[in-house]
Amino acid sequence: MDDSTKIQIRNLNVFAEKNHILKNINIDIPKNKITVILGPSGCGKTTLLKCMNRLTDLYPELKVRGQILIDDNNILEAKEDIYKLRQQMGLLSQRPYPLPMTIYNNIAYALKLRGIKKRREIHKQIMHYLQQANLWDEIRNRLREPASRLSIGQQQRLCLARGLAVNPEIILADEPTSALDPISSQFIEETFLKLKNDYTIILVTHILRQAKRIADHVIFMYLGDVIEQGSVSEVFGNPKMERTKQYLGGTFN
Amino acid sequence: MKLSQKIEEKFFKIMMIFSTYFILVVLTIIIYSIFEKGIKAMSWEILTQIPKGGYYYGKGGGILNAILGSLALAFGATILAFIIGLPVALYINVFLIRHKKLVDIIRFLLDLVWGIPSIVYGAFGFSLMIFFGLQTSLLAGILTVTLFILPIMIRSMDEILRTVPIGLQEAAYSLGSNKSETAFKIFVRQSVSGIITAVLLSFGRAIGDAASVLFTAGYTDNLPNSLLEPVATLPLSIFFQLSSPVPEVQNRAYASALVLTVIILLVSLFSRGLGKRYHKTKINF
Repeated sequence: MDDSTKIQIRNLNVFAEKNHILKNINIDIPKNKITVILGPSGCGKTTLLKCMNRLTDLYPELKVRGQILIDDNNILEAKEDIYKLRQQMGLLSQRPYPLPMTIYNNIAYALKLRGIKKRREIHKQIMHYLQQANLWDEIRNRLREPASRLSIGQQQRLCLARGLAVNPEIILADEPTSALDPISSQFIEETFLKLKNDYTIILVTHILRQAKRIADHVIFMYLGDVIEQGSVSEVFGNPKMERTKQYLGGTFN
Repeated sequence: MKLSQKIEEKFFKIMMIFSTYFILVVLTIIIYSIFEKGIKAMSWEILTQIPKGGYYYGKGGGILNAILGSLALAFGATILAFIIGLPVALYINVFLIRHKKLVDIIRFLLDLVWGIPSIVYGAFGFSLMIFFGLQTSLLAGILTVTLFILPIMIRSMDEILRTVPIGLQEAAYSLGSNKSETAFKIFVRQSVSGIITAVLLSFGRAIGDAASVLFTAGYTDNLPNSLLEPVATLPLSIFFQLSSPVPEVQNRAYASALVLTVIILLVSLFSRGLGKRYHKTKINF
């Protein structure tokens, strides 16, 4: 694996009972770039993302076969410490799931899992991550309020701050703007663009314009298959496959 | 709307209204009659003294023995059942997430034992006591009542923990939480108010049940002073006083019933207040 590749997926197959939901996936995800996984609903994008931090373990009906290499370690092997593994990745889901505690403790929880115990250090880090997620100025006086009182857009940015607080190398985002208003969505996109220098970002979306705005690398999926992958100019500018052309042209059915 | 739909709508609406108010009226009558008869027989003496002349014939003294006995028994059993029950409910919801069939079997068995009448628990406790050569005592009562309320405690906590959304679990795991952190810090926090309701429900069953303590806790005129001595309980004091041939003693049964009702009312108000304090941080989905 060369230095510019962060994740390699080899011959990945996922079955849900009798359905073959991911079919022999082979992809490379570049380091410190935004990789967008694009495709219509039900094509397996979310499952692919959940394989990467082994949240698939929570679903007994899913069977995962193949290899996912992160820095050359196959994370699908049983001996991997999945709790450490998950801390290498921050997750942003379709709708925000703040933890049932205060805003402050939402991030402190993540910091404590990382082993940070000193109160002053926790204070400092909370401010740092809330600033990174573009939320600090809005809620600096509300840190002791329950996270449930924030608006959905603020909750999603809190979840991003919390995801960053475990000090990951990778950010997994599963349609993170689908429940948000346009302004909150823009906040998230801008934050991603700022973060990509330090993090490998994998964004699942079905919004073409969003992909065009922020992607460096694009993977197009359809019904469990990877149809096409390449740089944004390759896939959007000169798609090779008929399916991709149809999807990009909006004549998809 | 078609005429038949309109008639259907009206019919079901009337049925719902009737059932709701019917049940409200019946419950009000029960509570009213307890208060009405109970207050007549109520006195300072009843609340603060032990029976004089025996619980069966005695017109003097009070039911302090039964009040304290019931409180000791119900608190003891509720605490014990909580200590055993919460880990069970968390285990089946957090650790057995990949074993749906096993969880189904455990739930089925718990529902089954939930339905067993309390007298059967009493008989079971009694046969164990004979086996070990123990006499009726507070301890035997607590253990029997604990067994009897455990399925109620576990299944009602389980139903609450089941509602923790998978997305919230994913969020917790994605931060690197292990299963026990997810259980105690996420599941419990998200479900505090429901867990309190489950504890309250179990406490109500524990303090109100007569059959399970009849053979195991026994009855006495003395105040509870040892785990190994028999204790009096309010449900049994109601039973004995009502079955007394002396009308004055019969009336005292309503005072006992009133005390029992008020205890449950107080505990329920207290736990509601407690639940509200934690409700704020619950995430609504």
